[in-house]
Amino acid sequence: MRKLKEFIIEKLILLCGLASIFFVAMIFLFLLKEGLAVFTTVNPFDFLFGKSWYPISEPAQLGILPLILGSLLVTLGAAIISIPIGVGCAVYIAEIAPPKTKETLKAGIELLAAIPSVVLGFIGMVTLVPLVKSIFHLPTGLTALSGSIMLAFMAMPTIVSIAEDALYSVPKTYKEGALALGATHWQTIWRVMLPAASSGILAAVMLGIGRVIGETMAVMMITGNAAVIPQSILAPVRTLTATIAAEMGEAVVGSEHYFALFAVGIVLFVISFAINVTADLFLHKRQ
Amino acid sequence: MKNPYRTQKIAFFFLLVATLLIVIPVGLIVVIIIQKGIPAINWQFLSDMPRQGMRAGGIFPAIIGTIYLVTGAIIFALPIGLLAAIYLSEYSKDNMLTRIIKLAIVNLAGVPSVVYGLFGLALFVVFFKFGASIISGSLTLGIMILPVIITTSREALESVPYSFREVSLSLGASKWQTIRHIVLPNAIPGILTGTILGLGRAAGETAPILFTVAAFYLPRLPESIFDQAMALPYHLYVISTQVPNVDEKVRYGTALVLLALVLFMNLVAIIIRYKFRKKKKW
Repeated sequence: MRKLKEFIIEKLILLCGLASIFFVAMIFLFLLKEGLAVFTTVNPFDFLFGKSWYPISEPAQLGILPLILGSLLVTLGAAIISIPIGVGCAVYIAEIAPPKTKETLKAGIELLAAIPSVVLGFIGMVTLVPLVKSIFHLPTGLTALSGSIMLAFMAMPTIVSIAEDALYSVPKTYKEGALALGATHWQTIWRVMLPAASSGILAAVMLGIGRVIGETMAVMMITGNAAVIPQSILAPVRTLTATIAAEMGEAVVGSEHYFALFAVGIVLFVISFAINVTADLFLHKRQ
Repeated sequence: MKNPYRTQKIAFFFLLVATLLIVIPVGLIVVIIIQKGIPAINWQFLSDMPRQGMRAGGIFPAIIGTIYLVTGAIIFALPIGLLAAIYLSEYSKDNMLTRIIKLAIVNLAGVPSVVYGLFGLALFVVFFKFGASIISGSLTLGIMILPVIITTSREALESVPYSFREVSLSLGASKWQTIRHIVLPNAIPGILTGTILGLGRAAGETAPILFTVAAFYLPRLPESIFDQAMALPYHLYVISTQVPNVDEKVRYGTALVLLALVLFMNLVAIIIRYKFRKKKKW
C-alpha cells in the first residue's frame, strides 16, 4: 500500500517537473493556433514589413513594421540609458560600496524591481511626461523618449543584480593577483574583473533588454500610442506589446484583427525566446 | 603618463553617480506616491464602492478582486511549483531532460506579460469557455508566477544539507518519507519567501488580466469564480488613462494602496529570509 502511494506521488512529482515544458509549449501552440489564421489573408512578408497598421479600416491594413520600429526605438533608448548606469551600479555594489551600504543598495534595487509597472507608468505620466514636454517644447510629452527613460528603470534591477552576481563569482585570486602586481583597484576592475565577468554581464544586459521589449503597461501609458513609423525619439510611438494590450479589448474573437494581434504575440514570443536562450547560453558558458 | 590614482578617483566618482541615478529616483517615486496618496486614504476609500464613474467613492471591489485573483493564482501555482522544485532538487539527474526543464523555466519567466494575457484569453476564456472571469485570470497569473515559485523553492530545498537526507535514508526511511519529513520542513521558510514574492508579482501585474478578468467598472462584489471582477492594477490603469477628470487624489490613493500591498509582501519575504539565515543551524 505504501509502495503504491509513493509510486503515485513520485509520478506526480515527475509530472509537475515537466509542467514548465508543457506550459511553454502550450503558450506557443495557442499563439500559433490563433495567430497563424491571419496569414490566410495577409502574407507573412507583408505582415512583418507592411508600413501601415490600420486594423479596423476596410480593407484592414495589417503591417506591423511601425510597431516593430516603435519597440526597437524605445528599447534602444532604454538600453543606451540603462546599460552604462546599470553596469556602473553593479560594479559599485560589488566592488566599492562598504558592506552595510551594499545591503541597503541591494534592498533598494529589489524595491525597484517590485514596483508594479502600472505604478511606474502612472508616475511617469504625472512627472516625467510633463517634464519632457516642457524641456523640449513639444505639443505632447507622450514620446518614445519618455518611454525609454521609464523602461530603463525597469531594465536596471535585472541588469544590476545579474551583473553583480557575475562580478561576485569572478575568482578572488584574479583580483588578488592584479593587486599584488601593483595595479590600482580601478585598473583591476577595468582590466581584470570586467573582462572576466564579461559573459555574465552580457547575459545581464540581454535579460534587461528582454524585460524592456516585453514590458507593456508603462509603455502603453507614456509613449503616446501612435501606430506610425517613428520619425524621431521625440515623437509618439506604439510598441508591439502596447498594441496588443490596447486593441485586444475591442477586437472581436475570431476576427482578422484578433488573429493579427495573436500574430504580434507570436513575434514577441519568438523574440523573448531567442533572447532568453542566448542569455542562458552566456550564463552557462561562465560556469 | 596619466596618474592612475586620479583616474581611479574619477572612475569611482562616475560609478557612484550611476548608483545614485538609480537609487534617488526610486526613493523619489516612493516618497511622491506616499506623500500625495496619503490624503486620499481613509476608511471610506478602502471600504466603499466606486461612485460617479470612478471619480469618487472607494476602491473596495478592486481590492477584493485582487485578493481573489492572487489567492486563486497561488492555489494553482504553489502545489505544481513546489512539486516541480522537489523534482528538480531531489529526483532529476544531470541530463538533457533536466537541461530542457530549466530552459523552459527561464523562458516561462521571460515571456512578456501581455503574451500571458493572450494565452489566457485563447485557452481559458475562449477554448475552455470560462469567459472573462476570476478563474481565467487566476490561472493565467498562476502560470506566470510558476517560475518564481519553482526557482526560490528549489534553492530552499537544495540548501538543506545532504547529510540530513543521508541520515534519514540510513535509518530506513524511504525517499519520499525523507523528503516529506526531513527536507520539506527545513525548506519551509525559503518556500514561503518564494510564495510571497509570487503573490506580490501576481498582485501587481496588469497585462495578463486585461483580457481575462478585468471589469472596467463593476460597483459590486464578484459572486462566483466565474464572475468578472475589478482589480487594483487595472483600476489604476483605467482611472489614469481611460476616465477623464478623475481627481488626482483618487489616482495617487489607488497607486499608494497597490504599491503598499506589493511592497508589504516583499518586505515580509525579505524579513522571513533574513530571520531564516540568522537561525540556520548549519
